[in-house]
Amino acid sequence: MSLDKATVARIARLARIDVPEKRRDALAAELSNIVGWVETLNEVDTSGIEPMSSVVAMTPQRRPDAVTEGDQVDRVLANAPDSDDGYFVVPKVVE
Amino acid sequence: MAGLNHLSLADARDGLRARTFSSVELTQAHLDAIEKAGVLNAFITETPDQALAMAEASDGRLADGTAGPLEGLPLAIKDLFCTEGVETTAGSHILEGFVPPYESTVSAKLWQAGGVLLGKANLDEFAMGSSNETSYFGGVVNPWTPGGASVPLVPGGSSGGSAAAVAAGLALGAVGTDTGGSIRQPAAFCGVVGIKPTYGRCSRWGIVAFASSLDQAGPFARSVRDSAILLSAMCGHDPKDSTSAPEAVPDFERALTGDVKGLRVGLPKEYRVDGMSGELDALWRQGAEWLRAQGAEVVEVSLPHTAYALPTYYIIAPAEASSNLARYDGMRYGLREAGTRLEEVYSRTRAEGFGAEVQRRILIGTYVLSAGYYDAYYIKAQRVRALIARDFTNAFEQVDVLLTPTAPTAAFETGAKSNDPVAMYLNDVFTVPTSLAGLPGISVPAGLSADGLPLGLQLIGRAFDEATVLNAAFALEQAAGFDAVPPGRV
Repeated sequence: MSLDKATVARIARLARIDVPEKRRDALAAELSNIVGWVETLNEVDTSGIEPMSSVVAMTPQRRPDAVTEGDQVDRVLANAPDSDDGYFVVPKVVE
Repeated sequence: MAGLNHLSLADARDGLRARTFSSVELTQAHLDAIEKAGVLNAFITETPDQALAMAEASDGRLADGTAGPLEGLPLAIKDLFCTEGVETTAGSHILEGFVPPYESTVSAKLWQAGGVLLGKANLDEFAMGSSNETSYFGGVVNPWTPGGASVPLVPGGSSGGSAAAVAAGLALGAVGTDTGGSIRQPAAFCGVVGIKPTYGRCSRWGIVAFASSLDQAGPFARSVRDSAILLSAMCGHDPKDSTSAPEAVPDFERALTGDVKGLRVGLPKEYRVDGMSGELDALWRQGAEWLRAQGAEVVEVSLPHTAYALPTYYIIAPAEASSNLARYDGMRYGLREAGTRLEEVYSRTRAEGFGAEVQRRILIGTYVLSAGYYDAYYIKAQRVRALIARDFTNAFEQVDVLLTPTAPTAAFETGAKSNDPVAMYLNDVFTVPTSLAGLPGISVPAGLSADGLPLGLQLIGRAFDEATVLNAAFALEQAAGFDAVPPGRV
């Protein structure tokens, strides 16, 4: 299946990446090439095969639901582009 | 002292313990080599002051008898591992300036064992690439680039800086990560040993995530013995990583007996791909002959779904990447671009912060996970992945290890494949199936191409059977006697 320009715009929006109008045609061609190539998987009969999401068969480990490393606000905020009074500062979310 | 940077890691360890030289001298020899080899661009961040301080502390522990297994040995760390107080970029503009307030489990284990941090090695952006050309901080030059060449050769990727540093004598060993071949392929291109252990062997905690069901850390070194020493120090169960395996860690160095009598070695017939060069095919046969001459039994085996491994990988890895990289939104760390609305800040930050290949993979991943396509692409790929894993399970009923080439060609020129993503992806044709199955794989330098470039052979083993893989690699290494030196060694 080939991706058109509108599809590129739609997935770019979903991925929150600003793809300028003039890049969309070229990107549609590149992505179509890759998607066309991965579609060779349609040749494989996978009826009755369970999807594999993990390669290691093991029971997830449990631990007590407790704070292990807390009270480190300064370290948590150390790399923030903007912070104030122990909080991350972000652009206005609700108009 | 001159030449200390050309010792094997094992010999350097023994020399330190015998007090033939100090860790400060050994470390200084490496810092001098790094300074001379700036043109290779193997490091994104160098940490000379920290290196010398760590070396001095190591010398103290060597003197008072409290030395660890890696005491005083200078190492390079792929800039995908978070290192406390040392900038960690993942090769990306979006993380430029990020200074982690914590240490990854694997690097913490190395420091506990006495290792010395030389710096953070260059890589493809977010480990996405097979040539190290996608790094925001520029490509790495392969030290095997012939003198007088107008275009440098790539070191492979994504752990290109780690491989080049070890090959050029800038580090005794290095740490990388392998998602689809990112340790084994650059090891082959740079003529060094690289092992990707079983998924779950090394903790992923503190490693910048690319594709979480595939990512695995592993060492680079100039010999199989050196790799075994590093691997023993890196592995082990970590409660902070829910996929870390609660398996005992063997002393891998002690597994290196070199005895392969009765070892059953399989040659997967599907790995004889179109376009493979005659010299690579000949080296592969030679590798099998070397093992046979030492008493191994060599048989042909079949991995029938091999041809579908790359397309499967290029659905699963981008899907996981699109999810993992959603965290780079400019709010808590990293780059933030200005915008009037929140969504505008997100999309401008991500457009500015991610390079072309990373954007391409996020978009592919978003597409295959989006409504209407999820079953057709993502679930389909997960089903084929199960078949690929089953192929290996069946093969390992007949044999103990598999022998294959590591990469379909020797190192290529910078720019040769950067405009054709699918051609670039084909570099990983022999390494991706192992990654999808979560199995251990090692690349050993086994010979030179007609152009004088290193070629690697890969050995693949059963889950958690790195000991057998390393021992078979040791036997292969002894027979191959690879001792060529890259022209770019300093």
